Amino acid sequence: MAHRWTNDLTHDDVTPKSAYMNRRQIVAGMAGLGLATIAPKAQAAAETLDPTPFDVITQYNNFYEFGTRKEDPARYAGSLTTKPWSIKIDGMVDNPGDYALSDILSKMTIEERIYRFRCVEAWSMVVPWNGFELKDLLDLAGVQSGAKYVAFETLYRPEEMPGQRQPFLEWPYVEGLRLDEANHPLTLMATGIYGKPMPNQNGAPIRLVVPWKYGFKSIKSIVRITLTDKEPPTSWNKSIPSEYGFYSNVNPKVDHPRWSQASERPIGGGFFAKRIPTLMFNGYEKEVAGLYEGMDLRKNY
Amino acid sequence: MTDRLNTAIRKTPSWLLYLVGAAYPVWLLYAGVTGGLGVDPVKAMEHALGKAGLQILVAVLLISPLRRFTPLNLLSWRRALGVISFFYILLHFLVWMVLDVQILSQVWADIVKRPYIIVGMASLLILLPLAVTSNNRSVRKLGPKWRKLHKATYLAVLLGGIHYIMQIKSFQYEPYVYLIVIVGLIALRRLPKRQMRRPKKGALQRAV
Ligand code: HEM
Repeated sequence: MAHRWTNDLTHDDVTPKSAYMNRRQIVAGMAGLGLATIAPKAQAAAETLDPTPFDVITQYNNFYEFGTRKEDPARYAGSLTTKPWSIKIDGMVDNPGDYALSDILSKMTIEERIYRFRCVEAWSMVVPWNGFELKDLLDLAGVQSGAKYVAFETLYRPEEMPGQRQPFLEWPYVEGLRLDEANHPLTLMATGIYGKPMPNQNGAPIRLVVPWKYGFKSIKSIVRITLTDKEPPTSWNKSIPSEYGFYSNVNPKVDHPRWSQASERPIGGGFFAKRIPTLMFNGYEKEVAGLYEGMDLRKNY
Repeated sequence: MTDRLNTAIRKTPSWLLYLVGAAYPVWLLYAGVTGGLGVDPVKAMEHALGKAGLQILVAVLLISPLRRFTPLNLLSWRRALGVISFFYILLHFLVWMVLDVQILSQVWADIVKRPYIIVGMASLLILLPLAVTSNNRSVRKLGPKWRKLHKATYLAVLLGGIHYIMQIKSFQYEPYVYLIVIVGLIALRRLPKRQMRRPKKGALQRAV
């Protein structure tokens, strides 16, 4: 079910008009497929944050499968084959199996979500994603009653992903969410940005977006989703457990051991860009705080 | 051939070394402001200066073994290279403070509680008196103490190499390669001087 959540971030006048109009046309052109049009200004809430330019979003990525430098994904991800693509859904589901991406998409409503994106390294962007809610996919697979967690896995294909030939992390990359986090209407399976198909370096053809958590939770190029009753292992937690926990909710009050999380550097603002304060749950406190009621967020970092 | 090279090295005016040394940060600043350093020029500049500073320091440590085991004599460049590396690292620190962290209370909090910053800071503080005494007057005034003081370079470079490893986010080869080279160069000093020293070539040897 689409449209359970409405953007509070909007394109404001600073977005170049040509780019904006262009995008609207793309959006409008896809309206037949159910792609949402941009929320009217009147509906726009308190904030007017600009989406980060397309070129910035696609040239500054952490995607260690293609190398550890921010420019590596843009440079090396071109070689990735994303067609055909399927996602294996298994574990505690009624309908396990290999789901062709095209079949999945034919059943989904693609909408636009403009989300803040906060990296654990204390930089941030605003990204206009296109995608559908993860819950809709989980409903398709039929989650069984005992399931408590969702595990995700990135493609493992070292021939096309040069970073996987290096021991930066244990491959394949894995991530996980609690089932209630996965079912939250903010949790998105993204297939595009700015109305364009997902660029390879951003996690083509389909990736997770969990906007209230640090970016590394939003696993890219997903090939497998497993429903389980145990907390699944997650890549960065396996790599440095003292620095990266399972939850990894954006929290300005809990520092990373090596740097403060109280503020962030918006990327794309140039040499003298000012830091901005980091918001609790990355600004989605109202929507998600309830998920963590009674939990010690300092312990469950 | 090496004689001619060594003569050219010896005759290089130090202002030329400083000029070349200053060109790099100026270029970084220019590139950063005009978009040549990518979409995150602050981090790019911070990293480039830290890296270049460490590289030059390693080069400084290489000069003595090069002289010992090869005919190449870069001794007359050593002081200028040391001073240039200090300025790169000072700029590395300033970029971090002014453009990256920005918030003064936060700068201070990081300096006192983040181990990799503490190690980097220690290295910079060790380099400070060395840079200040890198002039003929200090050499004369301090006499034999000068040489002793400037042995601290080894410690500063070692801390720089450790700082480099401490700031990485996941396993990478490069910082470990640096540390191995640094430790190797320090160990080399301990190697007994079996070979006869080549005859000294006049006063130049003293021009450290
Ligand atoms: C004055 C204290 C210092 C501070 C506050 C400082 C701060 C930093 C910071 C913030 C980073 C980047 C970390 C990141 O992006 O996550 C860094 C990286 C680095 N620093 Fe420092 N640093 C200091 C001293 C030094 C010294 C003395 C050296 C060398 C002798 C050095 C060499 C490096 C190197 C090589 C890197 C990695 C650059 C790269 O990734 O290419 N730093 N430092």
